[in-house]
Amino acid sequence: MTWLTALLNRSGPATGLVLATISLSSFAVAYYPRSLIAFLLFQGSILLLYFARVVPWLKRSLGLLTLGILMPILGTINGYYLEVATQVGIFVALALGLNIVVGLAGLLDLGYVAFYAVGAYTWAIFGSPQAGKFISESLVRFPLSGTWFFVFVLLGVIVAAIFGFLLGLPVLRLRGDYLAIVTLGFGEVIRVLANNLDKPINLTNGPQGITPISRPPLFFQPLLTVLGIPASPTVLYPLYFYALVLLIVGVVILVNRRLEDSHIGRAWEAIREDEVAAQAMGVPLVRMKLLAFACGASFAGVMGVIFSAKQVFINPESFTFLESIGVLSMVILGGMGSIPGAILGATVVTVLNLQVLKGLSLWLNELRNAGVTILGYNLANLPTQLEPAKYERMIFGFILILMMIYRPQGILPARRRTRELGGR
Amino acid sequence: MDTSLLIAIFPQVLLDGIILGFMYALIALGYTMVYGVLEFINFAHSEIFVLGAFVGVEILLGLQARGMLDAFSPFLVLVLLLLAGMAASALLAVTVERVAYRPLRGAPRLIPLISAIGVSFFLQDAIRLFESIWRNAFNLVYPTMDQLNLRFQFTENIEISVKSLVVIAAALLMLWALHLIVNRTKVGKAIRAVAEDQATASLMGINVNRIISLTFFIGGAMGGAAGVLFGVQYSLINPYTGFIPGLKAFTAAVLGGIGNIPGAMMGGLVLGLLEAFAASYLSLLTGGAFGAEYKDIFAFSILILILIFRPKGLLGEVVRERA
Repeated sequence: MTWLTALLNRSGPATGLVLATISLSSFAVAYYPRSLIAFLLFQGSILLLYFARVVPWLKRSLGLLTLGILMPILGTINGYYLEVATQVGIFVALALGLNIVVGLAGLLDLGYVAFYAVGAYTWAIFGSPQAGKFISESLVRFPLSGTWFFVFVLLGVIVAAIFGFLLGLPVLRLRGDYLAIVTLGFGEVIRVLANNLDKPINLTNGPQGITPISRPPLFFQPLLTVLGIPASPTVLYPLYFYALVLLIVGVVILVNRRLEDSHIGRAWEAIREDEVAAQAMGVPLVRMKLLAFACGASFAGVMGVIFSAKQVFINPESFTFLESIGVLSMVILGGMGSIPGAILGATVVTVLNLQVLKGLSLWLNELRNAGVTILGYNLANLPTQLEPAKYERMIFGFILILMMIYRPQGILPARRRTRELGGR
Repeated sequence: MDTSLLIAIFPQVLLDGIILGFMYALIALGYTMVYGVLEFINFAHSEIFVLGAFVGVEILLGLQARGMLDAFSPFLVLVLLLLAGMAASALLAVTVERVAYRPLRGAPRLIPLISAIGVSFFLQDAIRLFESIWRNAFNLVYPTMDQLNLRFQFTENIEISVKSLVVIAAALLMLWALHLIVNRTKVGKAIRAVAEDQATASLMGINVNRIISLTFFIGGAMGGAAGVLFGVQYSLINPYTGFIPGLKAFTAAVLGGIGNIPGAMMGGLVLGLLEAFAASYLSLLTGGAFGAEYKDIFAFSILILILIFRPKGLLGEVVRERA
């Protein structure tokens, strides 16, 4: 690995290497659209770009090129990759939101996905015929049209932030580990409510979930027709959502970076390191903790709104404890308090779940169906219940245990933390 | 509202609540003992409990496959199940402590907690993986033992199965044995000493690491016993069964005052009773608007309220702030 670091640190060879890997892997994906390895290489090349010492303007434009142009093009070749990329984007935003609460403020939130659910249900209820079940038709007609979506993106931020505030208010006096359990309970409460509030008033339609949810209008479609680019909504919507998610992730990263270096971010870190000392230094504990909860929640809220519009269908199953821990393991893997870490963690974990585990499942199934014999064991006898795709928990568990024991600061530790911990 | 119905089902609900309460009490002991010595929430305790249930079902299914299930007295079989389940869970608890918690002792509070969550998730899928390969199924049902399913019918609304009586008796026996160990033996004294003050205890010649392992062993054994009894009582288990009972048992431990052994027993009983009454009466009292599906929320609300207003629990043990 040392030769690679040495190579990446020298501007000339690094630029060459990055350009080569990006172009090679893009061609590989274009020519072998079904190859998992080609797509993983493409992702790897973006990571390489991040680490390599390249002139800043070139780095930025290459980043824009890969994420803004190459990825959508490759996405039209294999639609699933675009879906993966969009999911990665959603989880990056969630991980960045949780990173504020857990990484910066040091408050372990085990029910984070509840805020995501709040955002998702906010749009789902009003962007579908669901709201018509408890609001009279003479007042407003539901579903609201897709244009309202943009209003609800903002509304999602606000509603989720209010929920974060409301959760924070009673639990702030609790110590770290109790706080974790209470947030866990809160997450479960939100899920149970979503599951059961189909009576006495039908708010959430219970376990059946809500569908169809309106999608934002394709306002640019007339422009495309004028330009002579024929495109149907089935092609356009995934691209549209990808772009939307990319945009929001950009905003979230920007907000995160500004917050980190502001006096608020410093106050959060002071609270994380030592609550008593922070208070003695004049950090208003309650206000700062509430702010952390509300900030983290609002990122999840936005993504919830987008998620519900993208999926067209949501039910409580998408918002389980498993999801909360998934997002937590992303933050832990990347490094608590580290923005690049959260991004990397979210990408690795999502790709692992959506692609590697699923790929293993498919591969195992093919082996089973082909009935290959290895060392006298006929693979057709493999138990049918053995599906690697279902073992997300094992992955999350592994990540959490190993990271805590061997590298608690994460893969890409926050700069301030590296300085504190020295070479460790 | 039909008042006579409310009164008529009362004894049955009481009984269900007591059984549930003993189950929670047994699991809560694991949380509370570990918290007592390490000030740490052993999040993986719910899986240690589930392992007991799985060991039990494997033995029963094994006996059944060989046609030997009816050859022995069901009480003998039950004793065998309990011993095996306790041994397996206790060993798992000790191993988990050794591998995932001991290297983190002294780290900031949240670090071992996150590791424990990781262990919990890992074990859930490890059990699933094992059962998927071994049995090609991971939702398992306890085979019925006819003699245990005999029911005594008292009135129209009240009946007690032998099973329930056995579960209550076994739980009482466990709690009594634990009480003897902790309060009447030398190791019990050592456990209490370590919980009081680790440094001083080690100065008095107590091997703190051994005592911590022992605490996990005893807590794990109680959890394993609870797992077997859970399986016998409710039949249906899967690798994820432990999560909700685990959370409730933790609630029970907090309710009784975490770190406090009699508190955990009492908290378990109180929570079991409250939950049983909530499950049967909520729907009757609200005219069907809110039903048994809210019983989990009910338990969590209790947890949140207790933590906010009386974090020391009902039988408060003082919880110190570690600087």
